[in-house]
Amino acid sequence: MSGLALNNVTKEFGTFTAVNNVDLTVPHGTFVCMLGPSGCGKTTLLRMIAGLDLPTGGAIRLDGDDITRVPTHKRNLGMVFQSLALFPHLTVGENIAYPLRIRSAPKEDQKKRVDELLSMIHLSGYADRPVSKLSGGQRQRVAIARALSISPKLFLLDEPLSALDAKLREAMQVELRQLQQKLGITTIVVTHDQREAMTMADTVVVMNRGEIRQAASPIEIYRRPADTFVADFIGSTNLLEAEADSAGRVTVLGQPVAGISLGPNISKATLSVRPEDVHLTAPGDGALSGTVTFVRDLGGTIETFVDVAGRQIIAVSTPRARPDVSVGQPVGVVLLPDVCVVLAK
Amino acid sequence: MRRETPQRLADYGPLFFPAMMLIVFFVVPFATMIAVSFFQRQQGGFYVPAFELSNYQRFLSLFFANVLGFSLMLAIAVAICCVVLAIPFTYLLTRMARKVQIIWLVALLSVLSLSEVIIGFAWSTLFSRTAGITNLLVMAGLMSEAKALLPSFGAVLTGMVYQAFPYTVLVLYPALVRLDPTLTEAARTLGASPIKAFFTVVVPALRNTITATLIMVFIFALGSYLLPQLLGRPQHWTLSVLITDQAIYQSNMPFAAAMAVFLVLVTLGLVALTVIAGRKGEAA
Repeated sequence: MSGLALNNVTKEFGTFTAVNNVDLTVPHGTFVCMLGPSGCGKTTLLRMIAGLDLPTGGAIRLDGDDITRVPTHKRNLGMVFQSLALFPHLTVGENIAYPLRIRSAPKEDQKKRVDELLSMIHLSGYADRPVSKLSGGQRQRVAIARALSISPKLFLLDEPLSALDAKLREAMQVELRQLQQKLGITTIVVTHDQREAMTMADTVVVMNRGEIRQAASPIEIYRRPADTFVADFIGSTNLLEAEADSAGRVTVLGQPVAGISLGPNISKATLSVRPEDVHLTAPGDGALSGTVTFVRDLGGTIETFVDVAGRQIIAVSTPRARPDVSVGQPVGVVLLPDVCVVLAK
Repeated sequence: MRRETPQRLADYGPLFFPAMMLIVFFVVPFATMIAVSFFQRQQGGFYVPAFELSNYQRFLSLFFANVLGFSLMLAIAVAICCVVLAIPFTYLLTRMARKVQIIWLVALLSVLSLSEVIIGFAWSTLFSRTAGITNLLVMAGLMSEAKALLPSFGAVLTGMVYQAFPYTVLVLYPALVRLDPTLTEAARTLGASPIKAFFTVVVPALRNTITATLIMVFIFALGSYLLPQLLGRPQHWTLSVLITDQAIYQSNMPFAAAMAVFLVLVTLGLVALTVIAGRKGEAA
């Protein structure tokens, strides 16, 4: 199979298991973001794919070949480090040409490729500058160009944009995604920024405590989280306990709701409802009754905090659909049944 | 950062102490030495103030040219050996666990506490025929009979490298510790084997440090006068040995001073050349 495959990859540091039995298939040309809180093992997993760390168990295959024990420099990959790791003693052009120089490519080819890459990253004419004279965003581009100069089979990035300010980061996310689509290169990015993951990835891999909790498209992860960790980690959500009686009638926070089913033979579950899927109405039938405790008007959106039986539920609406609410007012909370996600307890 | 230029005399206050130290411990002795180098020697006595160039004239002979050449060559050889050995050593040291690093650094510092005399006699024992390391080689069956390895150039070089090695490591250590370890990792992901990464990234990134270290060890080795006498033949004696000989045993201070001044000038010239060459290399 073409692409990258991880089979039961495990990494133990002494008694600590950093990566536990990870199985993942990355088809050729896809863009994968590994997302998770710090210490979840995502960087260790990336370093094992790069060969900088060796797995203590399992196998890594690239285009069908077992590369688990192949040394880093023979894997033909490109990697961008969090620190960028540009070589301070080389100019921009020499940095980009480094992988070609190491492979003893002819000088003219090196020069041609450097010019090509510089124009790709919009830095034509910067070849002779020292890297220390570049801005943060320019250094970022140079690091990307250097990693791509041999047209690697695999493009790995470890928190590549974390050193940039928010505005530049958003622009670079779009640019990186467009570049990857143009080149059709298999790309794996490690990030802790979910916006970044949602913007760029074909597949988001959510990790926690060394394990993959869910690997799916961004929209799937958002709409159909696999468990409470994923639901809570990606975006904001309301996690509510639900119970079903023998007839299948469902109560949420002790109040009956219509239209929601927990599934056959499940008596207890957690419901994940995105704030934008919570609607506020007048108190009454079919709605949970609660009291407004806080209204946050952000201009573009309005967040309403509602207390229902001691639990706080957040509802988000646009100003046009603005519910007529004020603090202390009793309201009805409607959970849209078809977008509620039932998560096993 | 821009500082205000000093306005009043009191603003120069902080400079007073270092300036005094420099004058008392450097300018005055050095000026005295230069003055003495022009004085006239009294046979059987000491010297009288005069102005004559005979001390320098005497120096312009093939014999002293040879000694000077040998001294410079020896110091350069020691500097290169030390740096070539110390860079990989220090690089590997900085990649070790903190505890291991401390043990190594303490061991190196304890070598510094040894005096040149002890180092000289220790090596002359190790290189001797009766108690030297060749006996171990004989026991291991690698040699047929023990032999003396000194006096010889190799012995002088070994002793001096041994003496200068800890300094070299201590000068290189901070720079190598600060070197971003992801630089070598990046080189490896870009296709360089660990050894290639070391030579294409670590060594060039440390070029200025390496030049500074070379100069430091070179000057350090140039001043050595005991080890060449203990471990070498007379033809391995450096200019420092001759200066000591003239100053202490021949009581010829003016001639010793003239040689010392000449040695300082040649050394400064070489250091300046190295710095200029380094700058040119950077610009290219």
